[in-house]
Amino acid sequence: MTGAGTTKQATAGQATIGQATTGQTTKEQATTGARADAVAVRDLVVGSASLTAVRGVSFAIPAGGRMGLVGESGSGKTLTALALMGLLPMGWAAQGQVLHDGANLTRQSDRQLAQRRGRTISMVFQDPLSALDPVRRVGQQVASVIRRHTGADRAEALRQTVDLFAQMNLPRPDQMVRAYPHELSGGQRQRIMIAMALACYPQLIIADEPTTALDVTVQKQVLRILDAAVRDRGSALLMITHNLPIIAAICDSVAVMYAGRIVEIGPVQQVFRHPRHHYTRGLLTSQPTMDNIALDGSSRLPSIPGMVPPLHDLPGGCAFHPRCAAATDTCRTTMPELSGSVSQAACWHPVGP
Amino acid sequence: MTAVLEMRGVTQTYGLQRRTVLGPKPRLTVLDAVDFAVAAGQAVGLVGESGAGKTTMTRILTGLERPQQGRVLFEGRDVWDGDTAHRAAFRRAVQIVMQNPRSSLDPRMRVGVSLLEPLRSLRIAGDHVARVHQVIDQVGLTQAALDRFPHEFSGGQLQRIAIARALMPGPRVLIADEPVSALDVSIQAQVLNLLRDLIAELGLSLVLIAHDLSVVAYSTAHVSVISAGRIVERGAPLDLFTRPQTPETRALVAAILTVEGGLSGNALD
Repeated sequence: MTGAGTTKQATAGQATIGQATTGQTTKEQATTGARADAVAVRDLVVGSASLTAVRGVSFAIPAGGRMGLVGESGSGKTLTALALMGLLPMGWAAQGQVLHDGANLTRQSDRQLAQRRGRTISMVFQDPLSALDPVRRVGQQVASVIRRHTGADRAEALRQTVDLFAQMNLPRPDQMVRAYPHELSGGQRQRIMIAMALACYPQLIIADEPTTALDVTVQKQVLRILDAAVRDRGSALLMITHNLPIIAAICDSVAVMYAGRIVEIGPVQQVFRHPRHHYTRGLLTSQPTMDNIALDGSSRLPSIPGMVPPLHDLPGGCAFHPRCAAATDTCRTTMPELSGSVSQAACWHPVGP
Repeated sequence: MTAVLEMRGVTQTYGLQRRTVLGPKPRLTVLDAVDFAVAAGQAVGLVGESGAGKTTMTRILTGLERPQQGRVLFEGRDVWDGDTAHRAAFRRAVQIVMQNPRSSLDPRMRVGVSLLEPLRSLRIAGDHVARVHQVIDQVGLTQAALDRFPHEFSGGQLQRIAIARALMPGPRVLIADEPVSALDVSIQAQVLNLLRDLIAELGLSLVLIAHDLSVVAYSTAHVSVISAGRIVERGAPLDLFTRPQTPETRALVAAILTVEGGLSGNALD
């Protein structure tokens, strides 16, 4: 569903970019085009002076929808998220459209984006220890987000923070608000990050590898809390991870990125059960699971040969072709576009019956 | 099978900061009477949550730390009994691969020089250049890698280099501490397969430490579960998965997320 709409919107978006050079026209497009979507990204390109890391990415997440963005290091998934947040590193810029809450975020000023962050769109980062301020009490940090965006007074913001901490299943929330980050466990810190991201009922929450830094036994608990909290608020979720089981557990659609492009997108059930891109299939089959290993001790894990190409030296045609067993001359020369009905894959020779 | 490397009744405690100015220093027991062994050519796994004592076990098994109680035996002899020749043989024979190759390789050293380092520090004689070429080949990299610096490699290649460095002194036991958890998914399978091949080809023993039971199950035939400094359960991976006996193992098994579980909609129950 998300995917099918995306391709059409992407084509429309391209046309718009070609003609509309003024912000005014783009703004109209934004308000009319994407009311039902929590975010609609069209032809997003993120680059610096010397590199293009995201090379034309389009997707949409409907209000309340959950999309997983899968990719390896260097695939452009984190830069895509940072472009949505307006938090690109120095020297990087985004082109294309990020339509959210009636605006095109790539055209907004830093000040406009700052007013938005934490209110309509918010993010949970991978490492809560570096994302939290080490010298301020965690309760204060969450309360300041609430005060900034809702105008609540100090006492009211603190009361809401204690409530939030209770929702996050944090023990003794009224005392926990007075703790400093270093006094808490990794799982507790990440739950505080989630509380902060959810404090103002944002339309869209971006979570970038939220459980990678956590212990496996804590991971599930944090995911469960994130899942419930996002559902309670009716927020949309963009989950960025290289962990396919997490996507399967909490997302309804998935986009697979490789070398700065989406190579496959569609409903999770479809993409994971019937992957059409050889890269997606490779990722799925190289996961060690109890089914593909324990029965025969001598079995080898299927693995994708080679490695992710560096951005400054991408192969021509389909960027995956040097690692793909099905590659032909077409793959080496011409880049495939996304196509398909239930799910779309950018592949000249899709996997399938 | 006789053990090539073994821990017997190892207890390790660390002193913590005083709570009050003149009060006693509280002590934290990190390992509590731990027995652990790996036989020649065997691959064994060690799983547990962070803080369970996995890293302390690694430090003791590699001789970086001396156990306060209990013994570490290499080829049946205590490595701390004062025989320096035996200690040196042990140091050579037990090598480690760490989680993050970016921080375990010196960024200012060319890869070739990094590979020579263990031969120098362990004062191993012989044709070093030939050895470097042999080992770089074993881990599936080309000679061109030797002249380059760590930042020029991807994570998966760096982990191959770290494995090559561990192989340089011709070890008998490889201790791999979370060797794939910092790597990309498509690369993890490559590195796990490489470790498995090396063990078969070189007749090495492997101690694989991980928090992910499925990674350990793929690579080893025997797994120990550690929790709060004690080995709480041992067995074949499949048995631990299907019939976990202790609450600690059950918690680890329950924590595993699979694509299939997620698709069937009950992964977070």
